[in-house]
Amino acid sequence: MTTKQWLLSGTVAFTCLVSTTAGAGPIENYSPVTSARLENPEPGNWMLYRRTYDGQGYSPLDQINTTNVKSMTPVWTFSTGVVEGHEAPPIVNNGVMFVATPMGQVIAINARTGDEYWRYKRQLPDDLFQLHPTSRGVGLWQDKLYLATTDDHVVALDAKTGKVLWDTKVQDYKKGQYLTLMPLVVDGKVIVGGSGGEFGVRGYVVAFDANDGKELWRTFTIPGEGEPGHDTWSGDDWKTGGGSAWMTGNYDTDTKTIYWGVGNAAPWPGSTHPGDNLYTSSVLGLDPNTGKIKAYHQYHQNDSWDWDEVEAPILIDLQRDGRSFKSLIHPGRDAIFWVLERQADKINYVAGWPFVQTDVWKGIEAETGKPIVDPAHKPVMGTRIEFCPSLWGGKDWPSAAYSPKTRFVYVPANDNFCGGFTGEKVPLVPGQLWLGTKPEDIGLKVKPGADHYGELQAWDPATGKKVWQQNYPKSQLFGSVTATAGDLVLVGGTNDRMFRAYHAKTGELLWEQKTNSGIMGMPVAYEVDGTEYIAVQSGWGVDAQRIQDALATTNNIGVENNVPQGGVVWVFAVKK
Amino acid sequence: MSSSSDQTRRTVILAVLATAAGAAASPSARADEDQPGSDERPQKADVLVFAEGERTGEVIKPEDLKLGGPPVRAWPKDPKTSVVRKGSRLNEVLVIRLDPAELDDETRARFADGIVAYSDTCTHAGCPITGWVKGATGDKNVFKCFCHNSEFDPRQSAQVVFGPAPRRLAALPLTTADGYFTVAATFVGKVGVQQPG
Ligand code: FES
Repeated sequence: MTTKQWLLSGTVAFTCLVSTTAGAGPIENYSPVTSARLENPEPGNWMLYRRTYDGQGYSPLDQINTTNVKSMTPVWTFSTGVVEGHEAPPIVNNGVMFVATPMGQVIAINARTGDEYWRYKRQLPDDLFQLHPTSRGVGLWQDKLYLATTDDHVVALDAKTGKVLWDTKVQDYKKGQYLTLMPLVVDGKVIVGGSGGEFGVRGYVVAFDANDGKELWRTFTIPGEGEPGHDTWSGDDWKTGGGSAWMTGNYDTDTKTIYWGVGNAAPWPGSTHPGDNLYTSSVLGLDPNTGKIKAYHQYHQNDSWDWDEVEAPILIDLQRDGRSFKSLIHPGRDAIFWVLERQADKINYVAGWPFVQTDVWKGIEAETGKPIVDPAHKPVMGTRIEFCPSLWGGKDWPSAAYSPKTRFVYVPANDNFCGGFTGEKVPLVPGQLWLGTKPEDIGLKVKPGADHYGELQAWDPATGKKVWQQNYPKSQLFGSVTATAGDLVLVGGTNDRMFRAYHAKTGELLWEQKTNSGIMGMPVAYEVDGTEYIAVQSGWGVDAQRIQDALATTNNIGVENNVPQGGVVWVFAVKK
Repeated sequence: MSSSSDQTRRTVILAVLATAAGAAASPSARADEDQPGSDERPQKADVLVFAEGERTGEVIKPEDLKLGGPPVRAWPKDPKTSVVRKGSRLNEVLVIRLDPAELDDETRARFADGIVAYSDTCTHAGCPITGWVKGATGDKNVFKCFCHNSEFDPRQSAQVVFGPAPRRLAALPLTTADGYFTVAATFVGKVGVQQPG
């Protein structure tokens, strides 16, 4: 790609955008979103991807709790009219809910009644190749909201009316660039990272001015010539090396550092891109004002397994081994539960251990934190290599949660899966997939005699001990987890369409409800007029569906492959 | 570290693509984008040319297609202006030769001597269809989109036989004359995906 192609921001294209206003709108008395509110959100609101900048996925609401959750019941639902994977948390700001759906829609809803205020429908191009047709939500700032789209634009809408305020082209969707994440808003900057590692792009994180959409900085996740880390690449591999940054980052408000997860290297077999390949499969600590890389930690080197580590680590104040420190906690796709220490300009390795079975790692170097690879399970060209866990890893993008009450980390994990493929040289055609293998050669294996696949795990990061675990005998677990001060752990993620609440301390199943489809989306808790609500989108698709199809083919497991598609926002409360 | 060392597990051919995964590379509309007419949809009397491989750009003849597949990726070409219509990926087609006895009536009526052509743009989310593999149900090979595993049967107007795709592939009717086959009419059905309501 040329420099010119990378610098396409600022293009305004209002012509292809539609917003409609329904009965309940426009919104009166909207509460503008400020830095102070984002840094210290009111307990009843959910305005960031994981509610708070530290990414804990925890609500301090406790009106719905272990005692009364058995009386939790749906109070309203809302059909989005869209199929495919509904992965976004419903975002709530003082009684107004914003729901992002696949195909570039945003729906503003009265969070108490379920009435629609307005709906924005992006008119996506006919020739768009949507590998991951989804959106993970909208960011808020002042009286605007921000949507990242699969045709690679960032759009600002008026939160009260849905009217388009600005529309910035980030890069060219025809070159395999796309966006699926919820923008992170920090001090008037709208920050996103690009998807597209599977198309042989060069990853980046980019910030736009929240007021006018002008690009402020762009930091590539793969260092170019003259930049530190460039020597971890050979030849021109860095130009097409992947390193997508397609999940929302977290933010340390004290040190003013954003932590952003970086994805796998491209194409998949590591022998096609010799070297450690910074900063693929890493976490970056970035200055939100300049984009400068202040610190990094690479979880595993020369990624060969499609194990991107895009979920940003959770920021937790931790006490471990007799000392207190500010940690970064990351249950990795590489099957390792990572405990790191964050300092203003440094990230230190503290500990790591496998949280599901893996045959890829023989251990971790204590000094450096580098995992030691077993070459027998590292994909190469021309030979089929098998490895555990599968391509989806021990835990994919669905988020873990942390409860500061229990001090446990809740991990949506998958075990008893292995995968494999044969590396193959494939020419790069811009805009077309570039995996380094034939898709029909990709396999998923299940361990004979395995009695379950999905696992909801509770870990104590201070001791490295697993406290409890729930197993799912006939399903993967592919959904984000949320914890609440009511000592509840909320999660969907299974192919039986259930939404569940567990006891945060014991793992006891306290409540479940079958929904219209499977739940990949993130549960949230919010409060309006003194009532606590739990909300989640049900809408199966994308990778959950892919794993499902694979499992269903193993007919000795007894897994059904009949999860219906179609999105519905579900909102629950306890009957009074 | 713990290990799942038993390598005798039952293999599942998946067609899956993990988070950063997708379908195989297919040739793409990049060069000649600016040629007038290159992004117009295929027209009656267009010929089809190889879209990839050593013979890229050469006109495809019936004998170039092996009975029973695999399909060949092709671009339409205006024989009068020589413009290859590869300015839009929505113009790329899969052309395949099948036993006419296997085709249903509608398919047989629309195509030439068992040679059938369909849009390669999956009606689900717009990925290119790249697979010719045994279907999830049944014993026959079908077109497969590896993005989300949709399958289409070219013997039955490319109707969906598996997966999330909502409707069949657009068909490109063909006719034969003088040892060639040419496009007989514009696409039947919408090419590509449909916006939700
Ligand atoms: S795009 Fe083809 S199955 Fe989804």
